Amino acid sequence: MIGTGISVNSITARRRRHPLARLAVVALALGLLGGGYAAAAPSDSTADAAVASGKADDVAEGKSLFVAHCASCHGMNAEGTSMAPPLVGVGAASVDFQVSSGRMPAADPAAQAPRKPLAEWVTPEAINQLAAYVQSLGGGPTRPTADMVDPSKGDPAKGGELFRANCIQCHNFVGAGGGLTYGKYAPNLNPATPEQIYEAMITGPQAMPVFNDSIITPEQKRDMIAYITQVRGQVDPGGFGLGRIGPVSEGLVAWIAGISFMSLAAIWITAKKRKRTSK
Amino acid sequence: MNETPKPIAGTASYLDDRLGAGSFLKRNLRKVFPDHWSFLLGEIALYSFIILLLTGTFLTFWFKPSMQHVIYAGSYQPLVGVGMSEAYASTLHISFEVRGGLLIRQMHHWAALLFVAGMTVHMLRVFFTGAYRKPRELNWIIGVLLLTLALAEGLTGYSLPDDLLSGAGLRITEGVAISIPVVGTYVTFFLFGGEYPGEDVISRFYSLHILLIPGILLALISAHMVLMWVQKHTQMPGPGRTEHNVVGAPFYPAFMAKAGAYFLFTFACIAGLGTFAQINPIWLFGPYTPADISAGSQPDWYMGFLEGALRLMPAWEINFLGHTVPLSVLIPALVPMGIIMTGLAVYPFAEQWITGDRREHHLADRPRNAPVRTAIGMSGVAFYGILWLMGANDWISAFFHIGLYETTIIGRFAIFIGPAIAYWVTYRICLGLQRRDQDILSHGVESGVIKRLPHGEYIEVHVPPAEDIAEHMRGKKEIPIVPGDEDKDGIPPKGVRGPIGKLRAKASKFYGTDHVPLDGDGHGHGHDDEHAAVGAGDKPRELH
Repeated sequence: MIGTGISVNSITARRRRHPLARLAVVALALGLLGGGYAAAAPSDSTADAAVASGKADDVAEGKSLFVAHCASCHGMNAEGTSMAPPLVGVGAASVDFQVSSGRMPAADPAAQAPRKPLAEWVTPEAINQLAAYVQSLGGGPTRPTADMVDPSKGDPAKGGELFRANCIQCHNFVGAGGGLTYGKYAPNLNPATPEQIYEAMITGPQAMPVFNDSIITPEQKRDMIAYITQVRGQVDPGGFGLGRIGPVSEGLVAWIAGISFMSLAAIWITAKKRKRTSK
Repeated sequence: MNETPKPIAGTASYLDDRLGAGSFLKRNLRKVFPDHWSFLLGEIALYSFIILLLTGTFLTFWFKPSMQHVIYAGSYQPLVGVGMSEAYASTLHISFEVRGGLLIRQMHHWAALLFVAGMTVHMLRVFFTGAYRKPRELNWIIGVLLLTLALAEGLTGYSLPDDLLSGAGLRITEGVAISIPVVGTYVTFFLFGGEYPGEDVISRFYSLHILLIPGILLALISAHMVLMWVQKHTQMPGPGRTEHNVVGAPFYPAFMAKAGAYFLFTFACIAGLGTFAQINPIWLFGPYTPADISAGSQPDWYMGFLEGALRLMPAWEINFLGHTVPLSVLIPALVPMGIIMTGLAVYPFAEQWITGDRREHHLADRPRNAPVRTAIGMSGVAFYGILWLMGANDWISAFFHIGLYETTIIGRFAIFIGPAIAYWVTYRICLGLQRRDQDILSHGVESGVIKRLPHGEYIEVHVPPAEDIAEHMRGKKEIPIVPGDEDKDGIPPKGVRGPIGKLRAKASKFYGTDHVPLDGDGHGHGHDDEHAAVGAGDKPRELH
């Protein structure tokens, strides 16, 4: 309302005398909003979610894994600490993305956790159990099925347009990544599996925003995965790709290889045998 | 050597009988070119230009300079069905369907990078050896014009494929045009034929890129070559070299063979890069839409310093009587370019004014022997280099894990401090090298022979330097200083009166004072005479 010339007060206060009228309006609005949401939101109980992403025994196994590897930062009940956020409601997709890419458990609390080699205990089964446990805490985005992330079922051309419109301003044309502010960065997309790409879009890890299903539909996400995997797998038709980062590496090559080569050639063809200096 | 070789005599008389050009050829085919490798650097640009003309002509056979909207249906799968301009589609066609098209496109682009790089190194050579001095100031100005036009040629050229990366450059071009106070909007509408991006700009840039600018480049390059031919080359000081001769190889056959070989080297370099190193992969960038932008968007290297200036500039703007003056665009677009290009253009005249030196110079300076000029040049290089580096600050941030804002803040300080440090360091290095020359001339070079003297001291025997090297060093020339001393009535000489005149006298003294004269006294050593002076200087050195 700032700058429009109409203040909130003038709307609510006009023709009302009672001092509590304003509170009543707010309470009514909140009630409508909350009630509406409760009615419209998908009713997923925690038990359903646990079943969706694993078996109920997995939850118990997952809890012991969580206590062993995650609880020191995220708290015994994933309630979060001053070092790390709560994990209630982040969902199985988030767990799979962070753990399967080696980002979690984090090595040290920096601006951003980098992808790194997996610890020995991190197996697909362990990830499933952890995911089931975290899913059981408060729901959240679940992991995509194999069909949802199958690149061969997507349309790479459509995905390319979505990729250019939504991703490249941080991840670069070919997903080579890029720098962000305050020590954060958009990682290179080459090592990410199709499933991890999908999960990153629905969970928004680290500096990344969430691209939920109402912004980009699951089919569109599959198209984007098709584009990313097709382009990164393609052999560069023009020779060595120079990191595919555009004019910066090209300029370096022009100077370091081109001008050095031409200078050496100039030195060579103008070289003369010097007369031996006699004593 | 005075006899005309038969191939020249034969050809000359054949042409003489038909064109009357015999004596011209006879004279010019024997023209002497000096033999120093750095004198070939300008030829990188010349030969790259020839390759640019040839490959560019090939590309025009298929390129369609149109912004007509088409749906791609070519052989590059990830773009099939995507809407794009005809320019972009035809560039994809050249890359994937025309036989040899991708190779020629890549050679054209690499040749463009080498063209400007060749000009740059050539210009640095001319600057640091003082080869721009009278009578070559006008040719130097032509060179500065060539460099400026080459930037414009590059900008119009890389915009043509209408890909997403070049679109970022086009958008900045529009931003600069529209930021010009008062007339900016009109200029932009004139350039783009209406609202950005419009449907005209590609075909207009095409005309500029393949017709107007190359035409002017060709004319100026010809003028550059003719002037060089008439005025002859400068040469580095050395045995037998004076202000009145040129020592080197004749154009025919020696220099012709060398120049021919160097063309082939240039061609090999460009063809090799075009074959093995991918450049400007527009299919990865996608077609241009004004809504999309990629991380790590940079222009080609020669525009990098302007990109860096834009990235360093704080977001300043002035609102004056309802007009916005966006200094954050205007200053980075005009000031660095102005400092560098104007600075280069006026330097020969500024130097003449400061030194009062109106003589002709055909012997080049060794950079160390004009320390102030060399230091000014290096601070210019540092200024340019820091801006250039900052043009890639996002990649620096990503690769070296430095915060993006930190690179900007460091760059904002470095752009002022860096040139000053470069000046001081270069100046000290120059004086150090001069001292070394003086030392070699007065003490000789180490011979590796250790000798024991009767009283037990060990010395290394020094021998005189090779004669050509000694001559090269002795070629150092004094830089004139405008006489600034007041006469007996306390009146300074003409030309150094008034505040500007006083400044000139001060600058002249600073610019020309020789801190390490060659015939100055070598500092005492306390060694025996065998070790010390070898009498390689102009005058026999006093032994001490």
